[in-house]
Order: sequence, then structure tokens, then C-alpha cells
Amino acid sequence: MSAAPAEVDLPKSTDKPLSDRPWVTIVWNDPVNLMSYVTYVFQHVFGYPKKKATKLMLDVHHKGKAVVAAGAREAMEHNVEILHGYGLWATVRQDN
Amino acid sequence: MRAWLAAAEASLLRSLVGQVMTLVAAENTEDTRDFDPGDLEALFIELPDKAPDAPEDPVLARLLPDGYTDDPEAAGEFRKYTEAGLRSAKHRAALDMLATLPLAGGRVQLSGEQAIAWLKALNDVRLALGVRLGVTEDFEEQWGKLAQDDPQWTAFEVYAWLGAVQESLVQALG
Repeated sequence: MSAAPAEVDLPKSTDKPLSDRPWVTIVWNDPVNLMSYVTYVFQHVFGYPKKKATKLMLDVHHKGKAVVAAGAREAMEHNVEILHGYGLWATVRQDN
Repeated sequence: MRAWLAAAEASLLRSLVGQVMTLVAAENTEDTRDFDPGDLEALFIELPDKAPDAPEDPVLARLLPDGYTDDPEAAGEFRKYTEAGLRSAKHRAALDMLATLPLAGGRVQLSGEQAIAWLKALNDVRLALGVRLGVTEDFEEQWGKLAQDDPQWTAFEVYAWLGAVQESLVQALG
């Protein structure tokens, strides 16, 4: 028999103010970039281990896009600039 | 890493990489005027006054994509500050590749940095060709449906070959 849950005061809304939401780097699927190349770029640009880079690549491939990094807006814009240099289709967005 | 290219392959790569270089060269040639350190205004000449529009040519739009999908104003600002740099980075990768590509084919020996320039430049060629051919994830199927005397058949063959070269470079680096 389990105890009834205690009453707790929950915040009315879990929405964070806009300014507190992190920025993210998104990579979109495209039909040209090779899976091995995308994995290599994630390893080389972000220093991710092969396992993590491969998982992100598969997310991009199967889900159409994946968040590959999060942080300050300037850092995300810098990531996107570098990824465009490698020919990946990347964008910046504020997380929601 | 080392590889070997036939003369015809080297010549094909030279031509394709050269075409991408022409494509990404800045449209506004005034930007390349001689730099005069005394001209303070010229220090900022790299940046356009207003945000440039996204390229109309679908190939160029793929090579120089928007940095934001949900905020046109932010996309314009991002383009204003990064497009010139991206164009010159792509140009430089292409130049670095051409510098290590033997004119008449033969042995190719690349340092790690040179191999990355090859990866970037080759990938830009594949992106350009892929957009022009309307390549989808079912590329093999698209190619298979073409008759061998179809003018696009050879372009698909080149695209497939470029993919194989790219794959072998990635494997050599990985």
C-alpha cells in the first residue's frame, strides 16, 4: 500500500523566461552529405567521441534534424559558420 | 594519406573544383579593390551596408545557407557578418585542393590539413552537382532509371565517383 502523494506547491508554469532559454545548433538532413562524413565532422569540429557523433548523425538521418550543441548564442553562430564551411546544413535557434 | 588518380580523374576534379570556385567568388568585385591603410572607411569594406539576400541560385543557396530558419531578420544579420568569410573559406579550400592535385594525375600525398581541404572542396562539388541533378536519398534508384545515353547519366556517374573518393578520404582520416 502506498502513501497518498503529499501536496506540494508547484510553480504555476514551468516556462522559463525567453532570455533564460539556451541557444542550440541544429543540423538538418540532406541527401548529399555522406553519413561517414557527417560523423567525421561532428568528431572533428566538436571533439565528440565516435559513438556520440554516430548517434547524432543517425538522429539527423532518421529524424530529419538534431540538436548537436547548446550554449551561448555567439558560440552557436560560430558553430554554424564552421559547419557551413564543411557543407553541412546547420542553423541556430533559441531552444523552447 | 596517399591516393592515386588517373590523368582524366585529376583533370575532371580540377574542372569541377574550378567551377565551384567561380560560383562562390564574391559577386561584388568592388570589394577586392586595393586596401589603403590610410582609408579608415576601407577597414570595414568587407561588411555590406545591409544584410544581403539569400542567393537565388539553388546551388549557391545550398553552399551559402541561411543561419536561421525561423527568423528572417536574424538570418539576414548572420549572412551580413558571415557570408563573405564563408565564400573565402570555400575558395581557400578549393585552392588548397588544387595546389595538391597533380596536373597530369598520379600519386596524391596529403597532410591531415590538406586532406580536410580536399574533404571540404570535394563536398562542395558534390553539393553543387547534387542540387543540379536533383539528387535524393534514393540516388542509386534515380541513376538506375536513366538510359545510358541520357545526358544526365554521365553526371550521375561522376557524382557517384565523387562520393566514393569522399568516402575513401573519410575512412583514411577516421
